[in-house]
Amino acid sequence: MKAKIRKLATFVEETRTEMDREISPPTRKAAAVAVIENPCASKYVEDLSELMAIGEELGELLTARAVAALGIPGPSAESYGKAAAVGENGELEHAAAILHPKLGTPVRRVLGKGAALIPSSKKRGGLGVVLDIPLGHKDAAFVRSHFDGMEVRLNDAPRANEIMVAVAVTDSGRPLPRVGGLTKDQIKGEDGLR
Amino acid sequence: MPEVVVRKKITCVEEIFHEGGRITETPLRRAAAISVIKNPYAGSYVANIAGFMDDLKPLGLEMAKDLVSALGGDAKLVQGYGKGAIVGSAGELEHGALWHVPGGYAMREILGGAKAIVASTKKVGGPGTRLDVPITHVNASYVRSHFDAMEVGVNDAPRADEILLALVMTTGPRVHARVGGLKASEIKGEDGLR
Repeated sequence: MKAKIRKLATFVEETRTEMDREISPPTRKAAAVAVIENPCASKYVEDLSELMAIGEELGELLTARAVAALGIPGPSAESYGKAAAVGENGELEHAAAILHPKLGTPVRRVLGKGAALIPSSKKRGGLGVVLDIPLGHKDAAFVRSHFDGMEVRLNDAPRANEIMVAVAVTDSGRPLPRVGGLTKDQIKGEDGLR
Repeated sequence: MPEVVVRKKITCVEEIFHEGGRITETPLRRAAAISVIKNPYAGSYVANIAGFMDDLKPLGLEMAKDLVSALGGDAKLVQGYGKGAIVGSAGELEHGALWHVPGGYAMREILGGAKAIVASTKKVGGPGTRLDVPITHVNASYVRSHFDAMEVGVNDAPRADEILLALVMTTGPRVHARVGGLKASEIKGEDGLR
């Protein structure tokens, strides 16, 4: 294990009614979050390969935890997203190093597929900062019913020398989608877009 | 008697490995089960509300079971607990008090007769309000190593006519507990206090 993990958290959210309408089956989202020590905090580090390797490791760990929290096999996941918050002694580029070069491959390995770009967000912040993880369909980014987001927050993270990394996975889209666009039964799944 | 309408359920699990000190062999786990329900008494003063406590009992049991399974499935692993409620703006603090009996007794039942009073807190608040749910040892309220709390909250709840109900369980003491007091190994287990 390359990352020094202080804490791991998982969140599962299940929506059963919305505007007095029953949602059946309920829509479900899960996020897994790791709070790790930032090995590049408090100084400028040119080579961020250590953080990239941590991203690869966390991609696998967090996706497996999110899928397990939903109790579904990886390939049944419908949408996904990722995000990171860097503590005040770190640099936004540290979040980029974790999220972008290597984190996606293990995510897709756990989910079996995933032709679409994994939507992401990042920020620097103090303890209790809110991460809004963007969500999009894993096989076709244009599926409009699955454009969504999931908020996660830990009151005690990230500390100044920490990074909070999150992966979110769902088994569904929004509870009552009705703004048209590409639907999931129309996915061709060739280019990751449609 | 009013029906219990659940809009959404959330489960959060934290696994804590260290907090600056030695990495523990058995990480502390904390879990929260949250249900966002419709407040049947929102919007006006209703004198007779106590019957709703019985209506909430099945939900309390479901949430207590969810917590035990989120912590690994063995009720014997649970060492601390707490509960709380956030009432939406069209409700009254007293509506939050309806959770004391069904929430507390559900956890005691699932844990096989825990002796200590279940620590609790409540407030009126808008969507995104955070609640620090107090935690104490399940069999002896004075066990100092197990005084803890877990912050819970949901970005879109409670709406004005909703109540957010929370139950929390933990698997052990604070991760680096070292401020003395009654130890878990010294519990007499007669009065729920020591």
